[in-house]
Amino acid sequence: MKKRTLIRGGRVIDPGAALDRTADLLVEDGRILAVAPNLAPDHAEVVDARGLVVAPGFVDPHAHLCEPGWERRETIATGARAGAAGGYTAICAMPDTDPVVDDPASVGFVVAAGRRAGGAKVVPAAAVSAGREGKRLTEFGELLEAGAVALTDAGRPVRSSMLMRLALEYAQSFGVPILSHPEDAALARGGVMHEGVVSTRLGLRGKPAVAEEIGAARDLALAGATGGRLHLQRVSTAATVALLRRAKERGVRVTAEVTPHHLLFSHEAVDGYGTEYKVDPPLRTHEDAEALVAALADGTIDCIATDHAPRTYDEKEQAFEDAPFGVVGLETAFAILHTRLVRSGRIPLATLLERLSTGPARALALPGGCLSAGERADLVLIDPEARWTIRPERFLSNCRNTPFGGEAATGRVVRTLIDGERAWEAPATRPEAKRPGTGAQSPRGRS
Amino acid sequence: MSRPRATLGKDLTGLESLSREQIEAVLDTAEPFKEISERRLRQVPVLRGQTIVNLFFEPSTRTRISFEFAEKRLAADAVNIGARRSSVSKGETLVDTARNLEAMRIDMVVIRHWSAGAAAFLAARIPSNVINAGDGAHEHPTQGLLDMLTLRDHFGRLEGLKVCIVGDVLHSRVARSNIFGLTRVGAEVAVCGPRTLMPAGVEDLGVRLFRRVEEAIEWADALNVLRLQMERMQDGFVPSLREYNRVFGVTRRRLEWAPRDLLILHPGPMNRGVEIDSDVADGPHSVILRQVTNGVAIRMAVLYLLSGGAPEGAEAAKAGAGA
Repeated sequence: MKKRTLIRGGRVIDPGAALDRTADLLVEDGRILAVAPNLAPDHAEVVDARGLVVAPGFVDPHAHLCEPGWERRETIATGARAGAAGGYTAICAMPDTDPVVDDPASVGFVVAAGRRAGGAKVVPAAAVSAGREGKRLTEFGELLEAGAVALTDAGRPVRSSMLMRLALEYAQSFGVPILSHPEDAALARGGVMHEGVVSTRLGLRGKPAVAEEIGAARDLALAGATGGRLHLQRVSTAATVALLRRAKERGVRVTAEVTPHHLLFSHEAVDGYGTEYKVDPPLRTHEDAEALVAALADGTIDCIATDHAPRTYDEKEQAFEDAPFGVVGLETAFAILHTRLVRSGRIPLATLLERLSTGPARALALPGGCLSAGERADLVLIDPEARWTIRPERFLSNCRNTPFGGEAATGRVVRTLIDGERAWEAPATRPEAKRPGTGAQSPRGRS
Repeated sequence: MSRPRATLGKDLTGLESLSREQIEAVLDTAEPFKEISERRLRQVPVLRGQTIVNLFFEPSTRTRISFEFAEKRLAADAVNIGARRSSVSKGETLVDTARNLEAMRIDMVVIRHWSAGAAAFLAARIPSNVINAGDGAHEHPTQGLLDMLTLRDHFGRLEGLKVCIVGDVLHSRVARSNIFGLTRVGAEVAVCGPRTLMPAGVEDLGVRLFRRVEEAIEWADALNVLRLQMERMQDGFVPSLREYNRVFGVTRRRLEWAPRDLLILHPGPMNRGVEIDSDVADGPHSVILRQVTNGVAIRMAVLYLLSGGAPEGAEAAKAGAGA
């Protein structure tokens, strides 16, 4: 007998299909069979989703899972499970590991470890240049054949404009985007926060906004000239948003992402030297954050990336200049953005869900982002009214370097289904499952 | 003075967070301590039995020695730890180093560290009093205070005084402490130097910006001339030290154009012939050595106040009644 799950009575929001209505969703053998009101299939496990939102699982275009090489920070398994706990059903893993994911064997390792992980699907991005050294291109064809979905030097700009041009050209044979960290390396060198009055007061070396603007302008110009596909990672300034908007208007094939922290914080947050606010690119001004929210709302920015960057307690427990960049984000992105942007009326829920799922899935051709019949059943159940407190000590991630610890959030992913199987269930959810023995386990051991 | 005055709290990590009353309390407290250094018997037993660790992660001669003198003149037990000799070089973290010292029962830590924010970081993590002796390009509060004391000695006031900081403000913790401290007590502050060495948004700190040193000289009552480090030329911030001296150097010839005699300060060590010429540094309006003398008094005052002493008690301490 085929295994069926009926998710009954939820508010189904499928941004890709512009669908937002109360309906049932039937899953059979890991795929979506139907989305319609009042479905009455035989022998299905019924999940009562009344009062819940049913949406495509989230897709993260940018996460650092740190394995191989940095397993104290995160492993592919812990990262994938942390992703599922945050509603993510697919994660694009960055190649800045040790060794760098720049050959087919390394790609294969990440793919295999991802399959074993029992969490969000892990799809690797591979390096643009061998060793991320910016000197010569990697073998795109073989990397993609091994399972990579995009190419990036992850956290480093491709300094040579010639190499970036070649990458954008060569990738066209394979139809994949180059993910760029737009930055003029010489201008940004040594900076640990946004260059401005706060960095001046604190005596910290700044990264000027113009460093990103120049990097973005170059990459957009090259994308325009070559016709290649470009994805701008972690846009942080209003100037980059303006460049992006103009490039899209003139038909450049570009997509872009923004992180929750760049949407929600400004450089004033660094006052006090809190290393949980040390991120790259740095937190910019209030006006920049406003421009990012507006660009996210109007679609100039296509998607939300966590830039999940686990750092151990010891690494972050240092003076600001000595601590590494990065915050974790997989387990907080939805809740914090829902609380601060949707509940406050700044963007609609459907827009947030689109930017978390359909947008990134489309930008990077990642799995998921759609609830149409026949698609894999990668989806989330969200309780938009759930009030809870973000407790880093309960994270499934190996690390707790978050600026949101202790924050009261409204809205929570209560269940994540991957290929129709339960990959996560929030603790203390409402009683609902009518039939036991679905085989899925709730990863609650650490809570 | 009879009314109770604000004191410093647990730590001195910077001047930005201090009130005008707190700054003035330190300057006033330093007055009686100045005299102790002039005596034949240069010690009062105010901190007898207290243990102070001078934890220097960066090489420093004058600041470390100045703190040492201040500690000895207050009869504290002082231990110097330099980065090379400590276990920091073996990979021990700043926190572990401090906690180990703490476990040996100490009262205060004077810290010099290469990272901005290091003093505040330490202060938040150990119960001992922490004094910032320079953290990266952030602050050097005792230097700021001794500069202010030296200015007040000469002019009799700080409010309304026009002080221009000349040179590498971008990399200077001395500049920041002077800007925060002087603006807090109502002085007018300007900065002057090549734009490459001016930090972003410096005017938003409430200071004027002069692009030419001649304009600064015309405006100011006092110049605080910063050291230009050789690395700045290597890093390309200025094309050459020779040209720096020609365009931004504080020279006798430039000062001759001043509408009034300018007081000349320099936190040391000086690069004679670069940011300042010898006939200015050694000239009649230089108070550079006075700064060094005041540095000991200021550090005695800070140690005394952090140990729980009241500003009005300093006079008594001077007389030996603090024992």
